[in-house]
Amino acid sequence: MSRLKYAPNVRVIRLMCSGRVDPQFILEALRRGADGVLIGGCHPGDCHYVEGNYKMLRRYRLLQRMLGDLGIAAPRVRLEWISAAEGERVKSVINEMTRQLQALGPLDLPGKFTDWDQEVIALAREAQAKVAAETEAEVAHV
Amino acid sequence: MSKPKVAFYWCASCGGCEETVVDLAEDILGVVEKVDIVLWPVALDFKYHDLEALADGEITATLLNGAIRSSEQEEMAVLLRRKSKYLIAYGACAHLGGIPGLANQFDREDILRFNYEDAPTVVNEAKTRPQLEFTEDGRSPHLPELRHVVRTLDQVVDVDFYIPGCPPTPNLTKAAFAALLSGNLPPKGSVLAPDTALCEECPRKATKPADVAFTAFHRPHEQLLDPDKCFLTQGVVCMGPATRSGCGAQCTCGNMPCTGCFGPTSRVRDQGAKILSSLCANVAGRTEEEINPVLQGIPDPVGTFYRYGLPSSLLRRRVDLPHA
Repeated sequence: MSRLKYAPNVRVIRLMCSGRVDPQFILEALRRGADGVLIGGCHPGDCHYVEGNYKMLRRYRLLQRMLGDLGIAAPRVRLEWISAAEGERVKSVINEMTRQLQALGPLDLPGKFTDWDQEVIALAREAQAKVAAETEAEVAHV
Repeated sequence: MSKPKVAFYWCASCGGCEETVVDLAEDILGVVEKVDIVLWPVALDFKYHDLEALADGEITATLLNGAIRSSEQEEMAVLLRRKSKYLIAYGACAHLGGIPGLANQFDREDILRFNYEDAPTVVNEAKTRPQLEFTEDGRSPHLPELRHVVRTLDQVVDVDFYIPGCPPTPNLTKAAFAALLSGNLPPKGSVLAPDTALCEECPRKATKPADVAFTAFHRPHEQLLDPDKCFLTQGVVCMGPATRSGCGAQCTCGNMPCTGCFGPTSRVRDQGAKILSSLCANVAGRTEEEINPVLQGIPDPVGTFYRYGLPSSLLRRRVDLPHA
């Protein structure tokens, strides 16, 4: 209603509760090319399902440490308590996080996977070239 | 009619998977009777050119264990793929990356430097490293190159079936041979083990409470473990809920928690994220001050949750390492 504007490079995925955010979803988003993931949950004490946001908080604490061990900078995954009535806060958190991610630069996991696999693609090409050379040699022999 | 041909091969592995084939004991004779083994470097003296001489697809099944970590292992995986009708990833390393896959947390240069220079047991003042090519006495041998990334078999070549475990248990191996010989095979890409969590076959299941609330995590050596009670009620990380069954719950029967070697069931994509989700949700406490000390009881989440599966996980590897 307030027609607040936030940065356009956000894709919103609606879930019933932050307690429904399986850590696999976060990793999958990064794997598919997201530069960061913002999890918005209801304030402590406000969970319709009683425990959902606490579950998210517990998962988030360990996930953050694990992601750090895997080389993913802390600002890329962020948990914020934002209620449905706090539109202004949605805007400020998204804008702030967008700025932070822009400063960090792209994570680009799809690109990284492609780079990592060059060493295998190179092998496949090598094998192909060898077969082609052999076939050519046979033709030449005939 | 000639007997179906079978090959065994090993890549980045410890040799435990080879043991498991031998662990078939007398049953191995039944297998040997029905098949011709055309390659088994650990036990029989076949040469690679014997393998190259076979026609494409002539081997009925190749059981390949070990992760793929060097140029030679890649070449062999490609060659065996071409020569085999069915290529089977045998054991946790070929299936998920396994223990060698933990190297995906580190830079290749650091690994080489430690192993050839810095390790306390190494004396190497000249800092000699294996070279890919060198000349000695007029001969120029070449050595395989260690890759930057440890890979599962299916990240290198197409795989037909997976037999999980570190190592796979003899019952699964026997069942796989029976299926291969009878031609009664599940859909391509199947893991040849039950698709339920380990808890389903764990004798401690009855003592697993509906509502666990962890107030602390203990590592197995830190306390006496009750031989009958669910490990989770004892505050010990057990990978059972996020791990496929089929091993006969050997570890939990031996009073050690599951470490996850069978990998996830088909409904879970990332075993580590899933067990993290499950364990953390059940931590007692609602504030960071209450939660953080409990989580400190898991000092190495990557090594604990991805002990056998880092290369097959969603992120595959520590993402900020060099790759060339």
